[in-house]
Amino acid sequence: MAAGQANRLPRGGRIDRSRPLRFSFDGKSYAGYAGDTLASALLANGVSLLGRSFKLRRPRGIVGGGAEEPNAVMQVGEGAAARPNLLATQVELEPGLAARATRGWPSTRFDIGAALDSFGRILGAGFYYKTFKYPRAWWKLYEHFIRRAAGFGKAPDSPDPDRYEHRNAHCDVLVAGGGPAGLMAALTAARAGARVILADDDVEFGGSLLAGGDAIDGAPAMDWVAGAVAELREMPDCRLLSRGTVFGYHDHNFLTIVQRCVQEADAAAQGPARRPVAERLWRVRAKRVVLAQGAFERPLVFCNNDRPGVMLASAVSGYIHRHAVLPGRRAVVFTNNDSAYRTAIDLAGAGAEVAAIVDSRPGGAGAIGQRVKELGIPVLAGHVVSDVSGRRRVRGAGIARWTGEPWSAVEITLRIDCDLLAVSGGFSPAVHLHSQAGGKLEWDESQLCFLPGEARQPHDSAGAGNGKLSLGDCLADGLRAGKAAVEALGLNPPEIEIPATNESPAAPIKALWRVPAAKDADRCPKQFIDFQNDTTVADIRLAVREGYRNVEHVKRYTALGFGTDQGKLGNINGMAVLAETLGKPIPEVGTTTFRPAYTPVRFGAGAGESVGALYDPVRKTALHQWHEAAGAPMEVVGQWHRPRYFPRNGEDLHAAVARECLAVRNSVGIMDASTLGKIDVRGPDAVNFLERVYTHNVDRMKPGRCAYGILLGEDGMVMDDGVMARLAEDRFYLTTTTGGAAQVLDWLEKWLQTEWPELEVWLTSLTEQFSTLAVAGPNSRALLEKLGCDIPLDRESFPFMHVRTANLAGMPVSLFRVSFSGELAFEINIASGLAPDLWRKLMDVGREFELTPYGTETMHVLRAEKGFVIVGQDTDGSVTPVDLGMNWLLSKEKDFLGKRSLARPDCLRADRKQLVGLLSRAGCTVIPEGAQLIERTGQRAPVPMCGHVTSSYHSASLGHPIALALVAGGRGRRGETLFAAPPGREPIAVEIVSPAFYDPKGGRQHV
Amino acid sequence: MLLIECPWCGPRAETEFSYGGEAGIPRPADPDALSDAEWADYLFYRSNPRGAHRELWNHAQGCRRWFVVERDTVTNRIAGSFRLDETVPVPASAAEKQPEQGD
Amino acid sequence: MNRYSAFGLLRNALSHNRNWRTAWRSPEPEKSYDAIIVGGGGHGLATAYYLAKEHGIRNVAVLEKGWIGGGNTGRNTTIVRSNYLWTEAALLYEKSMQLWEGLSQDLNYNVMFSQRGVYNLGHSLQDMRDIERRVNANRLNGIDAEVVGTAELGKAIPHLNISPGARYPVLGASLQRRGGVARHDAVAWGFARAADALGVDIIEQCQVTGIDVSGGKAVGVQTTRGPIASDRIGVVVAGHAGVLARMAGLRLPIESHPLQAFVSEPIRPVLDTVVMSGAVHGYISQSDKGELVIGAGVDPYNGYGQRGSFPVIEHALQAIVELFPVFSRVRMLRLWGGIVDVAPDACPILSKTPVGGLYFNCGWGTGGFKATPGSGWVFAHTMAHDEAHELNAPFSLERFSTGALVDEHGAAAVAH
Repeated sequence: MAAGQANRLPRGGRIDRSRPLRFSFDGKSYAGYAGDTLASALLANGVSLLGRSFKLRRPRGIVGGGAEEPNAVMQVGEGAAARPNLLATQVELEPGLAARATRGWPSTRFDIGAALDSFGRILGAGFYYKTFKYPRAWWKLYEHFIRRAAGFGKAPDSPDPDRYEHRNAHCDVLVAGGGPAGLMAALTAARAGARVILADDDVEFGGSLLAGGDAIDGAPAMDWVAGAVAELREMPDCRLLSRGTVFGYHDHNFLTIVQRCVQEADAAAQGPARRPVAERLWRVRAKRVVLAQGAFERPLVFCNNDRPGVMLASAVSGYIHRHAVLPGRRAVVFTNNDSAYRTAIDLAGAGAEVAAIVDSRPGGAGAIGQRVKELGIPVLAGHVVSDVSGRRRVRGAGIARWTGEPWSAVEITLRIDCDLLAVSGGFSPAVHLHSQAGGKLEWDESQLCFLPGEARQPHDSAGAGNGKLSLGDCLADGLRAGKAAVEALGLNPPEIEIPATNESPAAPIKALWRVPAAKDADRCPKQFIDFQNDTTVADIRLAVREGYRNVEHVKRYTALGFGTDQGKLGNINGMAVLAETLGKPIPEVGTTTFRPAYTPVRFGAGAGESVGALYDPVRKTALHQWHEAAGAPMEVVGQWHRPRYFPRNGEDLHAAVARECLAVRNSVGIMDASTLGKIDVRGPDAVNFLERVYTHNVDRMKPGRCAYGILLGEDGMVMDDGVMARLAEDRFYLTTTTGGAAQVLDWLEKWLQTEWPELEVWLTSLTEQFSTLAVAGPNSRALLEKLGCDIPLDRESFPFMHVRTANLAGMPVSLFRVSFSGELAFEINIASGLAPDLWRKLMDVGREFELTPYGTETMHVLRAEKGFVIVGQDTDGSVTPVDLGMNWLLSKEKDFLGKRSLARPDCLRADRKQLVGLLSRAGCTVIPEGAQLIERTGQRAPVPMCGHVTSSYHSASLGHPIALALVAGGRGRRGETLFAAPPGREPIAVEIVSPAFYDPKGGRQHV
Repeated sequence: MLLIECPWCGPRAETEFSYGGEAGIPRPADPDALSDAEWADYLFYRSNPRGAHRELWNHAQGCRRWFVVERDTVTNRIAGSFRLDETVPVPASAAEKQPEQGD
Repeated sequence: MNRYSAFGLLRNALSHNRNWRTAWRSPEPEKSYDAIIVGGGGHGLATAYYLAKEHGIRNVAVLEKGWIGGGNTGRNTTIVRSNYLWTEAALLYEKSMQLWEGLSQDLNYNVMFSQRGVYNLGHSLQDMRDIERRVNANRLNGIDAEVVGTAELGKAIPHLNISPGARYPVLGASLQRRGGVARHDAVAWGFARAADALGVDIIEQCQVTGIDVSGGKAVGVQTTRGPIASDRIGVVVAGHAGVLARMAGLRLPIESHPLQAFVSEPIRPVLDTVVMSGAVHGYISQSDKGELVIGAGVDPYNGYGQRGSFPVIEHALQAIVELFPVFSRVRMLRLWGGIVDVAPDACPILSKTPVGGLYFNCGWGTGGFKATPGSGWVFAHTMAHDEAHELNAPFSLERFSTGALVDEHGAAAVAH
């Protein structure tokens, strides 16, 4: 199986050689091992060309070993299982994995777009702002071609089969990063008895130790890691999350972690029904946080530094130690610090020839220099690699003596053939989460990096992420941070000895931000800073030349840091080059605030379970099953599903509604009105309270009375309406609109608690506890009598707008003689558990009266025939009760919420829009709802509008269409003609009439 | 996600609460006595400070009680939660923060 | 100003791009100006440009506390449309739309205004009534608008979930074909460059710390770079409007809230229009680079922190996956927050104030970006004539006393 893995070392690494597996890249099959990443497996197979850059389409290979990778952006999988934009360095190899490069056409190797590289100078920073402007209409065409070049991977072509979940957690100490510092901090906190969560984005804990030949206490460092992890696993209050990336640090010490739970192939094998959770979003509230996410190595900025085969030194060491892969045979190491010497030793140890270490520091390395010398590796101190040759793979390094000055030209005096150039420009601590949390950053001139400064939340940084680059310092810093955390929690820190390491002192790093070239900075071959976005030194210089001097302007103008790696690789180099260009110190140029996500997070993981049917709860009434069985199409009203109509024998909406309407007008119909909001109000001050919020005179209502009531906002606009029933001296029952139920309760409660706490009143929602069955029509009384009611229902005993408690068919109910249809009607309130039984009995007994169930649509028509408004349909938040002709509801004797607003000048205008009825002049046209009304036809835009149609139906009872509208000064304009002007239709001449179309005197509901 | 201390239930996640705007805006005792401008001031004008802010929150998913929180509108740091019937101490720093460069 | 053109690019390439001139100067502030604009965002720079271009007032300074375009101009979802319900708002935004349509040529700077259409989805019968009402009003106001049905939506937006079984099924949409998106940074830079060329001083890193008022009239400002005199001061600082108002002893009926947005990693083109939904609360477009640009909601509480709550992001992600199930595996790359200044009627304030010579332009809430050129155009008129243009006359401070609000809540909800 290992056949073809030419770069695989015969032994070593943390791969599982007993589990060989096959995968494909760009359609070609390769072999690898469990424990490989896609990147390491590709390197093992000698595949070095993995992508093309965004703008210039230059060939690119793997640079790094993790989240900083800018080039190896892959499309993994196909169809619904496709995963776009994964980094090869982060993809765990699994059997059958199919990956494709995302850039290059027709292929990554032969990309027609590569011709763009030759136009590089024209395509400098911001070039698109300067062209494509003429002719104006052509921008669409230009954009078409620009967009064709957009993006990396492709979105899947069908919905995601994966499941995701969200989980909440609390802990004393959250440790982000499971390298030496993080492990040490977690151990310290856990031993002190703290509840600990340790999250690390890698498959295994160990961090930088996974990639090196370090020793702790005289043994391989990974032995120490294994011991620490085993101990933490034993702790009852310690949760270890590997493959768990802390991607967000939000206010109040709230952190979000995304955990990859299962591999694609394993998930798919379970089948759709039992598919396991693919990713879990942890929402963690931590008392203390220790950030130990390590540091990112920086590349060096020289000509053609983007050629495949130029890699970060630490990544090279990682591939050798962790994956037993040797990325090159003949290497040059280029550095400005000691760390890359380790890589040279690793390379030599793995059998590669290290042609030279090129060290920009005139003095070379510290103690490690001696070891390199012993291995016979030549060191060129005070030199730089100024340029490389090779196109699809580095072939050689051009070396020059370094002048120490960034902008003057140098002479390349030596060329060394190589197929690998391992570079190190120093390390940048991963301060992302510290910064997300609002922490400040401070420039450290000795280590040439930003360090976490003052924190704004209870958190601490440790290890390489805190600028402690040696292993010994890392362990000590982890211990310190762990102790500080437990002390802050009031726990006793345990005594822990710092394990021994065997490092020798390093010589200091020396700044080398831009490597001088044989030509000046504007003429030399490209020196890349942001690899993915093709941002070069020349681009930054151009931006500055054009006045984009603020770091934020430079970043936006050159796209520096806007790639998928979010500038992890290039931002510091970019800022340093900008500083050198401006002649300012780096800290004066500043850094930017980091924002979530630390690494990209799947939308699905962020959405969690709340998708599809669970996107929002569906509320169903107690009678829902009956409605469904009756075949009623549902109308979505807020969270509720309500039956819209009850079709019989293939009726359409209009036929069904006409039949239902006539049934109510002529005999009796029944509707499920359970979605109405219901609020119980009781207490000695109930009247006093309701007087303040409702517009009518509440104290005049005797127990047993019902009244129509409206609620206004303090701005005087109608907010909600419903029925108020006085059940006793100190007890009321309110109904609200379906959509307004929660809002009204909150509104009442807020006034009661915050403004009038002295009132003794209690509010209770009964919306779900009671169901409401509206029985309407001339035969409604007969129906209830037939069903068996223990109280008299005649007009004198139980008049209109009254409420009674009763037993109906042996069940306790409240009966309200209210009517939204204008017919004799009863609303029956019954405990929701009994509602289906009562409904069935009514339907049974009702057969004699052809009792007809009706839905929301018929309800709308019936009320419109009466000119009754629906808040939210006939009003829109800019309508006063006066506009609706409801002056009779506004008490003159008291104040109520919103009353003062009605006296503002704009509310007193005579030409405010007022509720009117409309009839089409032609007689038979249903005017479209939403149609705007105009005075006369044939005007040019902008045409003045004098109102709009809010409700419009065909009235079966009246035999013609009717409409309600809001019309400027409408009440005084009855008989006038306006025109409805719906788009794309002939204007419809309409007459303004009274909104009460049917039984305007209201006799029918009083019988 | 903010962690808000309900004076009755203790610290809870922000998602359990609903926001009620600036606290301490009493409804005028006699609205009819106010000019339109004075009424508008009560209706629409809030202090909207950059810094310490007294505001109403309701523990909507819990005890449904309204209470007062003093929160810094820049840092979101919460200085304290108070019942409506408590005498609320004067804010630590009533002075408005100057915007920082580039924040 | 050297004019930008394809030829210029070529010529400059031959000289290794060494002859480009600065897009705008970085002058030291003068002692006094004919007009001062506080706030170097898109609206402020546009105001300065139109003051110079339309009204000949060129001795103008734009004072910016940080870097130009660093506020909401650089923190939005770049949607441009003018299909507002109420005539007052519609005509103001339509003025802006017309300026957008020639802006790249006018500024000689490609702001990449891409009229790829804006769909506003309806998910309930009431949504559809509102859409009919708004489209009808738009057409009568001379603004392009149409109602499209579900089948047509399915064709126009291939991955949109139009299944009738969806939790909130899509019942239709309004479409404004002239709507679209623009490149946000370019708008600030383009206006800055064009204003600079007309003589406007753009002064960055200059924070206003006080407004000098004498005898009821504005006479100048105190800044971190010294006092600057002017008897005509326009304040265009979005979320910080309240802070500046207090410097002049004024109050404003606005509150500042965090508003968040985010982008995905760049993916191959998959969405070539703008889709907004008020009910399933999300809005989305795809940038020319391939990122999905997604707007989340406004946090309910006041905030100046440019950071919002994560549940708001979760909810936006749920909405997007609900509307576009195929995006579930696309990854969120970066999220950010802005500070929006929200007026009670979700409409802007473009107004004189009780202080003579002091003008405020604020309250754009979540809808400011699309208004950038139009806002600058009418505000410049207001400052030049000390009187509102008829397009912004309805957007005075007085409306909050008279009650003549332009209530766009119904039309705009939060989705801008």
